[in-house]
Amino acid sequence: MQQQQIVVGDVQKVFRTQERDVVALKDINLTINQGEFVCLLGPSGCGKSTLLNAIAGFSLPSSGSILVDGRPVSAPGPERGMVFQEYALFPWMTVAQNVAFGLEVKGMAKADIAARVDNLLDKLHLKDFRNRFPKDLSGGMRQRVAIARVLAMDSPIMLMDEPFGALDALTRRNLQDELLRIWAEFGKTIIFVTHSIEESSYLADRIVVMTYRPGTVKRDHHVTLPRPRDPSCTEFNELKRELGQLVMEEQQRHAAAEMRLAAVD
Amino acid sequence: MQKQLTSFLRGAIVPVVILLVWEACARAGLVSPIVLPAPSAVAAKWWEALLSGELVHDSIASLYRVVVGFVVGAALALPMGLLMGSSQRLYGLFNPLLQLLRPIPPIAYIPLAILWFGLGNPPSVFLIAIGAFFPVLMNTIAGVRHVDGIYLRAAHNLGVGQLALFTRVILPAATPYILAGVRIGIGTAFIVVIVSEMIAVNDGLGYRILEAREFMWSDKIIAGMITIGLLGLVLDSAMNALNNHLLRWHRGLEH
Ligand SMILES: Nc1ncnc2c1ncn2[C@@H]1O[C@H](COP(=O)(O)OP(=O)(O)O)[C@@H](O)[C@H]1O
Ligand SMILES: [Mg+2]
Repeated sequence: MQQQQIVVGDVQKVFRTQERDVVALKDINLTINQGEFVCLLGPSGCGKSTLLNAIAGFSLPSSGSILVDGRPVSAPGPERGMVFQEYALFPWMTVAQNVAFGLEVKGMAKADIAARVDNLLDKLHLKDFRNRFPKDLSGGMRQRVAIARVLAMDSPIMLMDEPFGALDALTRRNLQDELLRIWAEFGKTIIFVTHSIEESSYLADRIVVMTYRPGTVKRDHHVTLPRPRDPSCTEFNELKRELGQLVMEEQQRHAAAEMRLAAVD
Repeated sequence: MQKQLTSFLRGAIVPVVILLVWEACARAGLVSPIVLPAPSAVAAKWWEALLSGELVHDSIASLYRVVVGFVVGAALALPMGLLMGSSQRLYGLFNPLLQLLRPIPPIAYIPLAILWFGLGNPPSVFLIAIGAFFPVLMNTIAGVRHVDGIYLRAAHNLGVGQLALFTRVILPAATPYILAGVRIGIGTAFIVVIVSEMIAVNDGLGYRILEAREFMWSDKIIAGMITIGLLGLVLDSAMNALNNHLLRWHRGLEH
């Protein structure tokens, strides 16, 4: 029996805006085990980021509870390392400084920080870029730095919000493989938000498909395909077709809702 | 190299022609030397002042006032701007007063400065500090308010505490704005130093050109003005170099 690490219970999130209340999440129940690779899948606007941000502690749910290792989430913290789609590297710090920053504010000894940073830069093929500023790096490189920054904190949980969404297909596949290696090596629990069916099929142990407004869990699918996965094999495409069907239904509800809103305005 | 030389030569044409015409007019006696002395006379005066050490002494005196006044003004403005930029409550408390005081030109403080501080350097430093204070304060507030929320979220996620958040995230993120304010502040300080030297002290470039007027030495007045121009240029280049160094991470940055 694997250890339950993240328990989301009856989570509800309502955004109150001037015109209307948006129910972004409703009746979300989700238990994620230690070491699992979970993808949140769904069309844009279905609450994936809202759920991830609630687990990260950036924005707490309106009701319900989120427990991480038995303790309720009340604020962001380094044990739940976040990788943002916009990278969110500190542009005034070099690559090495970005990776070291979290450790410095934690008060770790200088020599230990240096050793850990060197090790990670090595592992993520960033060694030759250690003294560059983020503006001089490609998108893929920046995301490697962001991943290294989270790994430096030794977070047992990695939260990733469409981290490879802005990358070209080749770089994206490259980083997906890198991420799978890291996941296998460090035994992290990963929650990975994406709207790409292909990406979730390639990465996840478990794909949680969400519905559009209110955001609920539509399907909790355990992927049994062996790793490394071959995106050209029949089973892979079978999975994609099945997921595609589910996502398409929500996509249509999304489109219909947009039309209605446009008509009201 | 060839190109640079050509563009330099082209840029020199207009000033050289003006100087030549000016010199010719002066030599032909078309204008009195008191109204407009010949450029050669100005150059000679400038050289003389340089050799006597007077020019260097005055430049240092003016620069000293600019630096001290600026440091005092900016050292007050920076922490205040950081606090006001990050706390809506402090902003609400202090902003109305600041909006009232900000439009008063530093020059208007001269009578008060003399009443409060008498003569010598203190009133001058006070005026310069006021001139530097507002631009640095306003830009620091704007810089802090414009810090992209994603940096704050990333920092919180890394477990960064309040102090490190200020010194290592908010402050550097606001640097582009702050430096723009510093630049305006130095410009204002430079204007104010010349004016303040005309009233309260007996050295410095502002004092020197006013003194020359007493004797109607217009060649010395113009030589002094040229020195002021050169000093301003040096200050601005130094600022530029500092800017480029501190913002070397920023150039061409796109998100
Ligand atoms: N701060 C907010 N205020 C109001 N509505 C919001 C806010 N954040 C998100 N929403 C709404 O909540 C829903 C879910 O958003 P989000 O979690 O960003 O979706 P996703 O990440 O799946 O694209 C969307 O319909 C969005 O419009
Ligand atoms: Mg999103």
